[in-house]
Amino acid sequence: MNIWILLPLLVVLSGCTVEQIKSTLENAKPANDGTEFSNPGITAAEQPLGADVYRPTDKMTDEFDNSASPLSKRVLYFDRDQTKIRPEYQAVLAAHGKYLSKHTNALVILEGHTDEQGSREYNLALGEKRSQTVRQFLQLNGAITAQIEVVSYGEERPAKVGQEEASWQLNRRVEILYRR
Amino acid sequence: MQTYLSQLLFSAGLLLSPVVGAINIEIAGGQEGALPIAVIPFGFDGPGIGLPDFSAVITADLKRSGRFIPLDEKSLISQPHASAEVHFEDWRLLGVENLVVGAVEATGNDSYNVRFELLDVFKGAGLSGFTFSLVNNKNARRIGHQIADIVYERLTGQKGIFDTQITYVISGSSSTPYLLQIADADGYNQKTILTSKEPILSPTWSPDNNSIAYVSFENRKPLVYIQNLTAGTREAIASYPGINSAPAWSPDGTQMAVSLSKDGNPEIYIIDLATKSARRITTNTAIDTEPTWSPDGKSIAFTSDRVGSPQLYLVPSSGGAEKSLTFEGKYNAHPRFSPDGRKIAFVRGDGNINHIAIFDIAAKSVREVTSGRLDESPNFSPNGELIIYASEGGGKGALQVVPASGRTSQPLGVSGGNMRDPAWSAFKKIATE
Repeated sequence: MNIWILLPLLVVLSGCTVEQIKSTLENAKPANDGTEFSNPGITAAEQPLGADVYRPTDKMTDEFDNSASPLSKRVLYFDRDQTKIRPEYQAVLAAHGKYLSKHTNALVILEGHTDEQGSREYNLALGEKRSQTVRQFLQLNGAITAQIEVVSYGEERPAKVGQEEASWQLNRRVEILYRR
Repeated sequence: MQTYLSQLLFSAGLLLSPVVGAINIEIAGGQEGALPIAVIPFGFDGPGIGLPDFSAVITADLKRSGRFIPLDEKSLISQPHASAEVHFEDWRLLGVENLVVGAVEATGNDSYNVRFELLDVFKGAGLSGFTFSLVNNKNARRIGHQIADIVYERLTGQKGIFDTQITYVISGSSSTPYLLQIADADGYNQKTILTSKEPILSPTWSPDNNSIAYVSFENRKPLVYIQNLTAGTREAIASYPGINSAPAWSPDGTQMAVSLSKDGNPEIYIIDLATKSARRITTNTAIDTEPTWSPDGKSIAFTSDRVGSPQLYLVPSSGGAEKSLTFEGKYNAHPRFSPDGRKIAFVRGDGNINHIAIFDIAAKSVREVTSGRLDESPNFSPNGELIIYASEGGGKGALQVVPASGRTSQPLGVSGGNMRDPAWSAFKKIATE
């Protein structure tokens, strides 16, 4: 802020003459141009998230809860910006596909998620693409289209809130949610 | 600042250019060439309970723009309230180029006149002056913003954006709801226009400022809604199977570009808001999303991963050949046209970093303007001079404003919760006679 010290000297030397004020006051109308909103806020109807599905940690039947069973794995993780299924999930998806083909009344929701990196709308699309890739695998293993619903939450529902790769990895996922 | 000094020396008739060359002035948070100005606390006559501090509103606005260096109140040598009371010589000594003086006068029970004058210190002349009539306190801060807009336009030649609004989302969690908010451009007067237990994203103002379009998950999948702010009503305008998202109003407000995945993968569609019919614009098997209209309404820029990573593309809004806009880098997304149509702000990813960058369409050059860790959701102010964006990370999103010329980012005066997805309203109209 040296300038405030420097300038007075210069101005004293300049010796300008003061002109008469020529300001004329114009009239302005009131500030409100009609866009001041009465603005009643809206509350969205409540739709309990996933009340009608088994979340990955919910207790189901022995067939699903036994940790030795591939059906107990109902969260699949993804590489950054990728939609490819990791090799270790092939057997998991084969088991779920087979289960769905045997139990034609069973329905699943594939819920796709991303980490918080990148843009939100693109992540919404990326989450859907991950779910769709999982759907393809289930179909290849015998599930039919009508049994599978694909949903994406993009980066909006992180499994773990955090600003580092360890959290981000947990958020790049597809959850296989069986309907109750 | 160099320009300012040179002008001053020129008018003083001194030849001190070697000295000027040796001066190195740092202006924290401001831009080169920022104008020194003094906004004098307004005089007051009457009870005036609950009226805002007009000079504080004006000072904060001008400072935030980066184009002015307002003198802080402690440094004011006197407090005139009208041009006739001003001793210009005193202000010249301080190096202040312009003065804003004014006064509030009670004209009745809960009604006031707010008068201000913008003065040129070196000419000793008035540049502008208005009297606003204020019927109650409700819109009082707006008068401060409108005065700041008049000062800004008179001195920079650009329209000011102080009397505008923003919209943004406060992110919820399993225990707190998601809130869709509107606020004044300086972050004051925050109001909640939608409360939901499910995510809300991508709010955007209609060109007439009367409505906000957004994406809501309240039906457990993303649908696009338009909410009328005056009537407090709303309507789902895209509720197809799959994703309905990324709303973008056409410049004339009659159409809305969206991303719909009803055909199996997200494609850009244009919805006619009168007939609700949807017209498909893009055709490929990749993700196409985040449309933005050129100001002339003829083109739509969007994000697509057709080459394997997100990049920016352009397509005529009448449909037709899609052409690639970018360039270099692994991750280029969320394009937003500048109001003059010459630039596109977007999110540029590199490693674990996202910065806001600006693509100059004619020059085909890219310049990063932010330096946060995860910066996203850029949107231009209606005069094109500022970019509002969200700095994200670890559930602590904050709204930031950066000059499009790319200087210091400043946090917006809004706080509370995990904030994101900011968007700027259009200009409002000031009725003058």
